[in-house]
Amino acid sequence: MKTVLSLELSLINYSVKGLGYGANLLMVRLGCKGEGEVFHSDELVARLRRIALQLRRDVLKMTTKAGSGHPGGSLSAADIITALYFHHLRHDPKNPKWEDRDRFILSKGHSCPVLYAALARCGYFPVEELWRLRKIGSMLQGHPDMLKTPGVEASTGNLGQGLSIGIGMALAARLDGKDYRVYVMLGDGELDEGQVWEAAMAASHFRLNNITAIVDYNGLQLDGFTEDIMSLEPLAEKWRAFGWHTIEIDGHNMRQILDALDMAVMVKGKPTAIIAHTVKGKGVSFMENRVEFHGKALTEEQLRKALEELRWEG
Amino acid sequence: MREKAYTRDAYGRTLIELGRIRKEIVVLDADLSTSTRTAWFGREFPDRFFNFGVAEANMMSAAAGLASSGKIPFVSTFAVFATGRAYNQYRTSIAYPNLNVKIVATHSGISVGEDGPTHFCIEDIAIMRALPNTTVLVPADAVETEAAVKASVDHYGPVYIRLSRPKLPVIYEEGYRWRGEKLTFRIGGSVTLREGEDVTLVASGLMVSRALDAAEALAREGIEAAVIDLYSIKPIDRETLTEAARRTGAIVTCEEHNVCGGVGSAVAEVLVETVPVPMEMVGVKDTFAESGSMEDLLTKYGLTSKDIVEAAKRVIKRKS
Ligand SMILES: Cc1ncc(C[n+]2csc(CCOP(=O)(O)OP(=O)(O)O)c2C)c(N)n1
Ligand SMILES: [Mg+2]
Repeated sequence: MKTVLSLELSLINYSVKGLGYGANLLMVRLGCKGEGEVFHSDELVARLRRIALQLRRDVLKMTTKAGSGHPGGSLSAADIITALYFHHLRHDPKNPKWEDRDRFILSKGHSCPVLYAALARCGYFPVEELWRLRKIGSMLQGHPDMLKTPGVEASTGNLGQGLSIGIGMALAARLDGKDYRVYVMLGDGELDEGQVWEAAMAASHFRLNNITAIVDYNGLQLDGFTEDIMSLEPLAEKWRAFGWHTIEIDGHNMRQILDALDMAVMVKGKPTAIIAHTVKGKGVSFMENRVEFHGKALTEEQLRKALEELRWEG
Repeated sequence: MREKAYTRDAYGRTLIELGRIRKEIVVLDADLSTSTRTAWFGREFPDRFFNFGVAEANMMSAAAGLASSGKIPFVSTFAVFATGRAYNQYRTSIAYPNLNVKIVATHSGISVGEDGPTHFCIEDIAIMRALPNTTVLVPADAVETEAAVKASVDHYGPVYIRLSRPKLPVIYEEGYRWRGEKLTFRIGGSVTLREGEDVTLVASGLMVSRALDAAEALAREGIEAAVIDLYSIKPIDRETLTEAARRTGAIVTCEEHNVCGGVGSAVAEVLVETVPVPMEMVGVKDTFAESGSMEDLLTKYGLTSKDIVEAAKRVIKRKS
């Protein structure tokens, strides 16, 4: 009963946003996908929200310890990264090079603190490594390095390239007859790069339904608000015009994230873009929606305050 | 102990000063204006400042259009994006038609530090000096940065100016003086900071102050090293370099750049044709390096004054 209710709720939620992909939900209801997988249990959602909180704490601790890094965009991505690594992705931390694993590419590579936290917490490497972020000799570079860090699928940090890398992986899956999926997370500022749209065009041209782009739409880039620096709207219409099945969600609502990821799996003949509306610095009152925390670590004092706010309240 | 200052601060200030008198100056940035300091110009002259977002290629070709319509565009972003992300746009829209665009790139070299190899740029000198029509300048401190930016406006044609992230020791006195003497920043010029008979240290950018420290350390051991601040990599001061090779018979080049294709290569290209002498190159030894604090990196990758001292001793041994 409860699960049905939650589906109805999320349906309302989506259609209120005028996104009209009830058809997908219908497919779900008609049994194209097992019920247990579609209607995410309260226990699962609670477990994931708890993990997301842990990742946020890790992000702030590791960047403060490093004395630099990008906490803002790490916090906006934390819930999505959690949903991927702790539920949705098919992967094996003990076997990072497993051929059939799903691939996740953090195209907005500067947000790697949250990726590192997720990789450590699910067992790719010891959590202690997090405290050596950005130090000489560390496996955790300032931006993702696929040679140094187990679980990192692509060396990113120069914005605009991840979706193209993902297309290559998706094409390889098709050539090799493999059913792994590719997920690419992009920043909204990153969407300024022309290459993103070259990739968007190519993915739909090649009819890649095994790739999902996730836009961390936090409304901020390095110099200020995206609408002031380089306006993106109407963003969903852009992705649709480029041939993508496009879903808009609240990127901090775990249930919506899980639903959207599942739906992307079911879309046939075209790639899916999930536009996740997020808040930069999410979870810490004095960081939320503030451009100055894009690329600056918290002081010890700020960290203490932030960690007080990041406590489990159910 | 020298005082330290940001070269990018000097750039930001100089842009405003120039902007007041040269109305044809326009400034372009790609979502890094807070870091490159072009935001200061943007605040003063909002109509002449364009933030293109994270879109370097678009910005670079737009600069070409502005220049061919009579403007003097200053284009800024980090070195790795200016020369890497928009290379072909620079090459074909700007260098080939010899347009009057000034590219001022910050965050060059490995002194970028914690952001790591994706954000280092140890290849920009090689890339830019390989392109015809291109002037390549590498100021050694904040004072020289101001002089370089001003000189670039008085020169018609594409100019690449390479700046750093960290504060650099201030070498020159205010108004671009060395030991009281007023200097002129000349495209194709250099500054001889110190005379010496045993070896010449040819340095650029962040390495100039380290070369001066090395020369002092060498002097304590009875070795007299000349020091040249080679701020203009292209065109290059052939006369001064040739004369130094003739007089000291040994050269050490010092650069915060890959030893492939950078300052050492540029100097060697001159000397093999004029006065070939033994040379040693202090620089990044063809590796991407890694994340770390600036000092840790400069030490691990061999860019300290101690490394220069050792190279000087090695090259002196090789003199015939
Ligand atoms: C090609 C490139 N240009 C510039 C930068 C410098 N930079 C790092 S983060 C950033 C802003 C990115 O904004 P966004 O994609 O919205 O990231 P988020 O808000 O999620 O942190 C910029 C310009 C870069 N990393 N790569
Ligand atoms: Mg953003």
